[in-house]
Amino acid sequence: MNTGTQSGQSLPARAGLGLKPEHIGEIIATEPEIGFFEVHAENYMGDGGAPHRTLSEIVARYPLSLHGVGLSIGAERPLDKAHLARLRRLIDRYQPQSFSEHLAWSTHDAGFLNDLLPLPYTNRTLAHVSAHVDEVQQAVGRRMLLENPSTYILFEDSTIDEIDFLDAIAERTGCGLLLDVNNVMVSAINHRLDPFAYIDRFPVERVGEIHLAGYDETVDGAGDRLLIDAHNSTVADDVFSLYRHTIGRTGPVPTLIEWDNDVPAFAVLLAEATRAEAVLDEAALRRDARFSRRA
Amino acid sequence: MDQNTFASALLDATRPLPDGVTSARGEADAARFAVYRNNVAVSLSKALSQRFPVLRRLVGDDFFNGMARAFIATTLPDSPVMFAYGDSFPDFVAGFAPAAALPYLADTARLEAYWTRAYHAADIVPLDVAALARLAPERLGSATLIAHPAAALVRSKFSIGTIWQAHQGDEVRVQTVLEPESIVITRPDIEVAVHVIAEADAVFAAALLRGDSIGDAAAEAFDTDPAFDFGRAIVGLVALGMFAGVADQQGDMR
Repeated sequence: MNTGTQSGQSLPARAGLGLKPEHIGEIIATEPEIGFFEVHAENYMGDGGAPHRTLSEIVARYPLSLHGVGLSIGAERPLDKAHLARLRRLIDRYQPQSFSEHLAWSTHDAGFLNDLLPLPYTNRTLAHVSAHVDEVQQAVGRRMLLENPSTYILFEDSTIDEIDFLDAIAERTGCGLLLDVNNVMVSAINHRLDPFAYIDRFPVERVGEIHLAGYDETVDGAGDRLLIDAHNSTVADDVFSLYRHTIGRTGPVPTLIEWDNDVPAFAVLLAEATRAEAVLDEAALRRDARFSRRA
Repeated sequence: MDQNTFASALLDATRPLPDGVTSARGEADAARFAVYRNNVAVSLSKALSQRFPVLRRLVGDDFFNGMARAFIATTLPDSPVMFAYGDSFPDFVAGFAPAAALPYLADTARLEAYWTRAYHAADIVPLDVAALARLAPERLGSATLIAHPAAALVRSKFSIGTIWQAHQGDEVRVQTVLEPESIVITRPDIEVAVHVIAEADAVFAAALLRGDSIGDAAAEAFDTDPAFDFGRAIVGLVALGMFAGVADQQGDMR
């Protein structure tokens, strides 16, 4: 059985699911075997009501990953202090086992754009994003995980490779990394890179959580494949192969199935989680076998 | 790259791509940038659609999306808390010329905006009738009632409560009677409640919500309708969960 609040300060190295309001009744009634649930922080920033009541019930049963989608860490402008305070309140209230946000920006002077927008990777943006990560970790009083983005464009200004950029932020701030394997596939195809080579270079010792999701596919103006990070379907076969490869490097890591649009019946999500958990179980067996050979 | 320039190009498809945007081919590809344009427009429209589902059903998806995009062009969210986006959408709808033939839309949107506010409001046990009854009768007239954080009142020239109710199920009953209606939104516990109340009761409720004493509020309601039933009105509003407490000259009490 899952023991949410007693399980310490990290997520179990199991498969988790995004918590969707339409599934909560079924989850509380059936208490399915799930390693953890993840919620978008911004959906729980009201004062009270059903969202908090149901999240309290989930947290009493399962470990929680709190995933922010609105902090705009990659913005040129200062972080929103009111939003940091809201995050702090949520973290204090629910004591999640993990808190993560994105390497992206969403807010500019005229308001919040509700999308995870890309930034160039330069010495200047590296200093800037690192300062923001420092500020977040100070404000919420804990270490965060920073997620690699899915991107559709590149910037002429960029002088630093994405992995080096993420690694340097982690080195400077002490934050961990959230490795979104679907984002790796999306960005790699979109920018004609080898996704397996990306995983092989990624600093796996910094990875605290993995995300998996489904993508959409279209073509760009030149007719090249353009993958879209859509979170509206099962994890694609190529992403799942890349996930196996990733777990081969990282060992068992908490793995979230993200499915935010066209949300299916809970049983469909559960099947996706089971598929990922089989890979984690196998990795745990391999790790234990290596350990006992050494012993 | 300046993020304000990037954002302006996202929000206005007639603008050129921002300088410095490229691809692995070394090209500034409009189809790639369009993914971000589309994400912003679709995600903000979707946020409005989730907050104003009855409005969407009343006008249809295409009209709703057009109206939403016109609003988005004037008003971006001022915070990442998306369920709060659209507080000013009802006012925008009221002035949206293509919707002028449907004058009940704006008040229907007001009802929906208050519904979301009530859904996320603080968990406060409403004042109950027994607590009100403990107030000494001679002090009732000068006492004021403290609004519950979920409570709201919409007074409309149109039967928006009936319209809203008709659109809660999968099957929509066509609503043709358009007459004035006043709606109270409360959340006594976890479920948001929407009630149609009588006109004199609405006058009374509006006065109480703006902080008038119970006596003054009742006098205004009697002026509106000599048949105003004070006892039924105050017990009814309190029972719906409109108030969080009573304040009289002796200080606040619950």
